[in-house]
Amino acid sequence: MEKSRHIIIREEAVISIQGLYKSFGDLQVLKGIDFTLFKGENVAVLGKSGTGKSVLIKIIIGLLKPDRGTVNVLGQEVDQLERRELDTLRLRIGFSFQSSALYDSMSVYQNLAFPLTMNVKNLSQAAVGMAVEEVLEAVGLKNKIHEMPSDLSGGQRKRIGIARTLILKPEIMLYDEPTSGLDPITSAEIIDLINKVQQQYNTSSVIITHDLTCAKNTGDRIAILLEGRFLKIGTFDEVFATDDKQVKGFFNYNFIQ
Amino acid sequence: MAILPIKKFVFSKRIDPYFTGVYEAYKFTALFFREVFKRPFHLREVVNQSFEVGIKSLALISLTGFIVGIVFTKQSRPSLEDFGATSWLPSLIGIAIVRALGPLVTALICAGKVGSGIGAELGSMKVTEQIDAMEVSAINPFKYLVVTRVVATTLTIPVLSLFCSFVALYGSYVNVHSEETSSLVSFYQSAFSTISFLDIFSSVSKSLVYGFTIGMVGCYKGYNATQGTRGVGKAANQAVVLAMFLIFIEEVVIVQVANWIRYF
Ligand SMILES: Nc1ncnc2c1ncn2[C@@H]1O[C@H](COP(=O)(O)OP(=O)(O)OP(=O)(O)O)[C@@H](O)[C@H]1O
Ligand SMILES: [Mg+2]
Repeated sequence: MEKSRHIIIREEAVISIQGLYKSFGDLQVLKGIDFTLFKGENVAVLGKSGTGKSVLIKIIIGLLKPDRGTVNVLGQEVDQLERRELDTLRLRIGFSFQSSALYDSMSVYQNLAFPLTMNVKNLSQAAVGMAVEEVLEAVGLKNKIHEMPSDLSGGQRKRIGIARTLILKPEIMLYDEPTSGLDPITSAEIIDLINKVQQQYNTSSVIITHDLTCAKNTGDRIAILLEGRFLKIGTFDEVFATDDKQVKGFFNYNFIQ
Repeated sequence: MAILPIKKFVFSKRIDPYFTGVYEAYKFTALFFREVFKRPFHLREVVNQSFEVGIKSLALISLTGFIVGIVFTKQSRPSLEDFGATSWLPSLIGIAIVRALGPLVTALICAGKVGSGIGAELGSMKVTEQIDAMEVSAINPFKYLVVTRVVATTLTIPVLSLFCSFVALYGSYVNVHSEETSSLVSFYQSAFSTISFLDIFSSVSKSLVYGFTIGMVGCYKGYNATQGTRGVGKAANQAVVLAMFLIFIEEVVIVQVANWIRYF
C-alpha cells in the first residue's frame, strides 16, 4: 500500500483555482478557495461531510458553475467554455463519482464501452473490446465483464467506475470518496489502484476522502477543507505536525473511529 | 454584505415556482428543437426507444382498443335501434373511433405506461448521478436521453393509435356480428366510407402532438427530478398527471381547429 516515488513537475500546474466562491441559495459552501494541482501530483482533500468537497470537484469539471473566482484546468477557464470546448476538455479529465454512477441498464462491458464508442468515431468492435479488457485488467475485475452493475459489490462498482474513466486515458483524475463505505481491505485495494493509475497512466489526481489512511497513502500533499476554505495544504507530516485545534480535531476524530 | 432587504419573491414562495416552472419547461422544449436537428442523431437509440414504446404497449393497447370497440358498439346500438338505423352503426363507430377514441385512448394509455416509465427511468438516472456521469464523459445527455425518447414517442404513438383504431373497429365488428350477420370486409367498407382523408390526417396529427407531449413531459419531469428515491416516484407520478392534463387540453384545441378546417 505504501506510496512509491514518482515525478512531480512543480512548474506545470494542471489545475489552478483562485478566489473560488459558491453558494446555493442562502447556503455559502465555498468561500475563497485557492488551489493548485501540479502535473503528476496526487492531492488528497480531507474535510467533514457537507463542507463542499464534492461541489469543488464538480466545479472543476464544469458540472456546477462558480459564483466568483477563476478555475483554470489544463490551461482553460472552465466556466467560460462553449459546450463543444468543454466536452473536449472533459475527455482529458476522469471523474469517479462518490456513488459510482454506473449506468444500471447496461452491463459492465457496455458501461465501459459507452464513453469510448460515443466519443471516438469508427472504432472497430475488436478495438473497443481490447480497450475494455485493458481497463478491466487495470482494476482487476476482468471476470465481471458480462455482469450487471446491480450484481456487483460496492467496492467492485467503485472500481468499475474508475475503469470507466480510465478508458478515455485522462490526464487528470478526480476521485470523489473512492474508499467511503468500504472495509479496510477493499479500501487498501482501491488505494493501490489509485497509486497504480498515477504511475501507469501518468495522471495528476484530486482525491476526496474522509479516510486518513487513504489520504496518507495516496496524497503527495494533503489539503484540509474547513468551512469553505483550505485551512492547510502540505505534505502529510507538515499538515499534522501543527498545533491547530481544528486540524488536530480531524486527526483525532479519524483515530477514534 | 446585503444591507438593503432584497425582495426575493415576485408573488410568494409558493406561487413563484409555478411561473418559473412554466419558463423552465419552455426552455426545455426550446432546447429540444435546437438539438433535434443537430448531429449526432443517435438513430440506433431512437430505434431502441421506439421498439420499447411500441412493442411493450402493443398488448395493452390491443386489449383496450378491442374492449372499447365492443363496449362502444353495445352502448350505441339501443339509441340507433330506436330510429331503426342500426345499419348506420359501422359508420358511426368508424367516425367516433378514428376521429376521437383511437387517438385519445392510445394517448391516455401511453401517458400512463410510457410517460411514467420515462419519468421514472430518467428520474432515477438523475438522482443516481448517471446523467452527470454522461455529462463528464463528454456525452450530451440531453441529446442521448431526451431527444431520442421524444422523437421515439412522437413517431411511435401515431402508429399505435392507428393500430388501436383498427383493433377497436374489429371489436366493434365482433359485437355487430354477434347480433346480425355481416362480413368483416363489408363492415370495414361501410366504416371507412364515411371517414375522410381529413379524419385520418387530423387523427394522425393529433397523435403526433400527444406522442410529443408524453415524451416531453416524461423527460422533463425525470430530467429535473430531485430528492432521491422519493423524487423518482414523484417524477413518474407528475409525468402521468401533467401529460394527461395537457392531452385533454390539446384534444379540445385540436378538435376546434379540425372542425374549423372541416367547415371552412
Ligand atoms: N446541487 C445542489 N443544490 C443545493 N445544495 C447543494 C447542491 N450540491 C451540494 N449542495 C450543498 O452543498 C453542501 C456541500 O455539499 P457536498 O456534496 O460538496 O459535501 P461533501 O463535502 O462532498 O460531503 P460528503 O463528504 O458527505 O460527500 C451541502 O450542504 C449540500 O447540501
Ligand atoms: Mg461528497
